[in-house]
Amino acid sequence: MHDDPEPIRSIEAVWRIESARVIAHVMRLVGDLATAEDIAQDTFVAALKRWPRSGVPENPGAWLTATARFLAIDVIRRRDRLAQKQAAIARVPESTTFDVDAFDDDIGDELLGLIFMACHPILSPDARAALTLRLLGGLTTAEIGRAYLTTEVAIAQRIVRAKRTLAAANVRFELPDRTERAERMASVLEIIYLIFNEGYAATAGDDWMRAELCSEAMRLGRVLAGVVPEDPEVHGLVALMELQASRTPARTDPDGQAVLLLDQPRGLWDQLLIRRGLAALARAEELGRAPGPYTLQAAIAACHARARTADETDWQRIAALYDALSRVTPSPVVEVNRAVALAMAFGPSVGLELADELVAVPELEHYHLLPVVRGDLLDKLGRYAEARDEFLRAASLTHNTREQAVLLARAAECAAADAVPPD
Amino acid sequence: MRYMVMHYSNEANEAGAPPSPEVIAGVGQFMAEAAQAGVLLAAEGVQPSSKGARITLDGGKVKVTDGPFAEAKELIAGFAILDVKSKDEAVEHASRFAKIVGATQVDVRLVAEF
Repeated sequence: MHDDPEPIRSIEAVWRIESARVIAHVMRLVGDLATAEDIAQDTFVAALKRWPRSGVPENPGAWLTATARFLAIDVIRRRDRLAQKQAAIARVPESTTFDVDAFDDDIGDELLGLIFMACHPILSPDARAALTLRLLGGLTTAEIGRAYLTTEVAIAQRIVRAKRTLAAANVRFELPDRTERAERMASVLEIIYLIFNEGYAATAGDDWMRAELCSEAMRLGRVLAGVVPEDPEVHGLVALMELQASRTPARTDPDGQAVLLLDQPRGLWDQLLIRRGLAALARAEELGRAPGPYTLQAAIAACHARARTADETDWQRIAALYDALSRVTPSPVVEVNRAVALAMAFGPSVGLELADELVAVPELEHYHLLPVVRGDLLDKLGRYAEARDEFLRAASLTHNTREQAVLLARAAECAAADAVPPD
Repeated sequence: MRYMVMHYSNEANEAGAPPSPEVIAGVGQFMAEAAQAGVLLAAEGVQPSSKGARITLDGGKVKVTDGPFAEAKELIAGFAILDVKSKDEAVEHASRFAKIVGATQVDVRLVAEF
């Protein structure tokens, strides 16, 4: 019992923790997102009115859900009465009234339905991300704006448009059937990873909220893993994010410049996240199916995480994993990474063989990392003049001035080496 | 942001009495809820101090004292690390935990991050 009124902050904190489940439950009852959100908002207002005096209830989630149900049932009854009146006027058979008690409580299914709606394929990725962060992450539009380096108004508009699009297409609460499920899940995982990468791109001077997107994405991933534990790619995505995030303390040097993975001081890697990431990867692999792209990328990240020093890296395993990845999700960028892994595992000429083939790939024409890789391999093979040309080419393709300087320096080193007569 | 949630021991705990079935169930429930919310990063219970040791530095000299130590209520009985958006959220989770296990004191501390 409190002598002082319950502070608004703690009520807001409770709402942040519980709101996704409340919205999901109501949406299952009423079917559409707009109505569900209105009811959820009214529920929050009810808590704001009652709890300052009565204190936060013993089981706040149950209180909120019960209140939301009460409001939802009222809306449904009014809707049914209206439908009955309209049916009577139009002299068509009445539709059966809604049986609220027919649903058994499955929080997991409800959350999943909400996630699927927020990540609906008819919405743009930006809209899906904003809606997901708002409905499932409980972020305010202001927080989302800060995270995406845009205004609160822009995000609010994005969300309003998204909800209109869903309403116009009459998208209702549903759990996709088996045939659609894989595709819909892929869309959800894509959005979560997009949110993560948005946060991962944060630089030192950015708003704290931006880097916080990584944590938010990881939380969403873990929630999803709890709801669909039988899906290996969900665990794979969680593993990938945790292992990637584990390197964040080492990713930038004291001057704020990016440090390559192989150069990072591994003592700074977050062992808690590594432990969790490896455990999530194990769960993905235990489920026994052929690994999907997230699980494979996580397995590659795990190879780095397990090596105490760069020299101890199991490059052969990484090369094999990139090979598998290139067959599951062929992409020119994956091929460049595969070339690097092949070189580290089997020697520069093996990697160069693949890198040389990639020069002809149109999508890689402006990808500066390909000439960087080729330059490095040519350098190692003593082909200094060619290496120099590649580094110059790479420097011309990147917009990052510091990177340009580094690449031009390497080009100069190769030129110098080229000028030395061979022994 | 990460918060460490620490709960403190009592005489029964220090004497090695096993936690009651209610407490065990409660801890399990808390862990499940925090995991479901995606915020639980780590959680451990810590055994009576009789199984541990205390190291003190006295004028540069290390002194090791085997447990048990005197004040049970000053000793940590367990901790959790939560990844949440605000101190208020950490406090809410910690409050639920305190009620569930009947703890007399639970501290919430911000974890230093890079």
